[in-house]
Amino acid sequence: MTDTHTPAPTTASASSEPPPKARPPKRKSMYPMWFYAPAGVIYTALFVVPTFASFYFSLTRWTIFDSEFIGLDNFRTFFSEPYLFDSLVNTIIYAVVTSAAKVVIGLLLAVFLSSQIIARGYLRSVIFFPTLVSAVGVGVTFSVLMDPFDGLINNLLAKVGIDGPGWITDPDMALLSVAAVDIWRGVGIATLIYIAGIVAIPQEYFEAARVDGANAFRNFWHITLPLMKPATATVIILSLIGGLRSFDLIWTMTKGGPGFSSDVLASVVYKQYQAGFYGLSTAGNVVLFLLVAAIVIPLFWFLNRKQVEQ
Amino acid sequence: MSSATGISKANRAYSRIGGLVAIVVTAVVFLVPFAFIFLTASKDRAEASMLQFSWPTQWAFFENLQEVFEHRDGIIITAFINSTLLTVGSIAIMVILSAMVGYVLQRRKSKWNPLINFLVLAGLIVPPAVVPTIWVMQALGIYKTLHGLIFIEVAFGMSFCILMFRAFVASIPRELDEAAIMDGAGPVRLFFRVIFPLLRSVIVTVIVVQAVTVFNDFQNPLYFLPGDDGATLQVVLYALQGQFSTQWNLMFMNILVIMVPMLIMYVFFNRQIVAGMTSGAVKG
Repeated sequence: MTDTHTPAPTTASASSEPPPKARPPKRKSMYPMWFYAPAGVIYTALFVVPTFASFYFSLTRWTIFDSEFIGLDNFRTFFSEPYLFDSLVNTIIYAVVTSAAKVVIGLLLAVFLSSQIIARGYLRSVIFFPTLVSAVGVGVTFSVLMDPFDGLINNLLAKVGIDGPGWITDPDMALLSVAAVDIWRGVGIATLIYIAGIVAIPQEYFEAARVDGANAFRNFWHITLPLMKPATATVIILSLIGGLRSFDLIWTMTKGGPGFSSDVLASVVYKQYQAGFYGLSTAGNVVLFLLVAAIVIPLFWFLNRKQVEQ
Repeated sequence: MSSATGISKANRAYSRIGGLVAIVVTAVVFLVPFAFIFLTASKDRAEASMLQFSWPTQWAFFENLQEVFEHRDGIIITAFINSTLLTVGSIAIMVILSAMVGYVLQRRKSKWNPLINFLVLAGLIVPPAVVPTIWVMQALGIYKTLHGLIFIEVAFGMSFCILMFRAFVASIPRELDEAAIMDGAGPVRLFFRVIFPLLRSVIVTVIVVQAVTVFNDFQNPLYFLPGDDGATLQVVLYALQGQFSTQWNLMFMNILVIMVPMLIMYVFFNRQIVAGMTSGAVKG
């Protein structure tokens, strides 16, 4: 309100309230910068500072109380020890497998669930609900269901004459089994993102295609699929970020085992932290940061640029 | 004409058969695990240990429920209180602070905007550095405290909220601000009395999405609030995994108890949860 009155009575009010009106060009904004302050303090203290500090502490031998600079030794250890390095490979496999599956299954489910079938609302709810169950709950449940001897999955497979594998006890299977549970839990979000995209396609496209005599498959291939690019970008980025950082599900289902076969970067960070190797743990964190940045930022830029062009 | 009815007949058949097949498949894939949780939670100890997918011969649902709540002097109840305080506290702070940021960020064009936008996106993408965060929290004296964990959840969840608020504020006409300014409102009154109430629908979305995230969070409580006193439900459930490995009925009763709040949320806020989680907030 002061803003609207300042120009005329500058000299008159200067005597009563000198400091604010002594400099007429400075107007107080209605959108003050201090609105940023409380959020900025919390964010800086608990996110920005630790992130920058991690770059330094990853170069040290660290016991929280004092740290000794050892250069790149932690990274050398990380890349030379197979059980540490494999976690990097596993992280990439896990993230790629889960996001690819969420894209493919999510899109197919979405096409199916937006077509004219009965019980659509029920089906959507059922597919989405696992997203809301905690990873710990899902992990415990599936580690029981996937038990090689007593588990429900292998019991069912045995009834149809298949000798089920040791889902989470076989080193070759463990990581992919956890990834499968991750897909089970997360495909609902992907599906609903795609459904929102499909619903937004103007019906005229399909009508025109019908006049041209296109069948359902050609509709999907030439209309739905190309128009799903923004939705796909969202699904890929969301699930890649989630997949690369994934910890809860892996930790409750396998703890990175058997051996180190399903260890990912986030679980290595936790293990090294528990063992008291804070410097090495932080180095693992930095590797994870660099991996996420190297994969997500180019993708983000690439996919967003394409959207802007459209 | 005949071909048209042919098509609609085929469509109706597709609608029925496709729907039925989907109902059966989703029942097996998605409902059986939940039914398994419920049935095992209702069995007595001996029967539950067989891990069969079967109807309980002896229903022990309420006995199990009681036993779960009495386990270790009611640690589940303590954990329930902790989880509730954590969820409510962090979301209250998160909503107000991010609404303030999202609002000014959308309304005011300043040279800081690119930096702030960058920081917000970084908050979505960058994985938090664990041990350095503990180091900072120790220096501030908030490590292993509930309010410390609340601030952690606020810091890590804020980016999503800011993006949601910024997008929504863009749809509120500036004329409204100007009218309020004409009426003599200051910046604080303009925001809290005029703008904030208009954000109601997006606030509900943010609250339900973050409630699910914070309530289900396992990693942050595990790192930043270790110990029994402040344990949240997810951490207690994880700890029980080792202790209850011979008492599957109690283990699954625990899972069931933890799922109930989310189920209730889903029943009431179905639309907001779906809208929030599928908004593709990363697009900024």
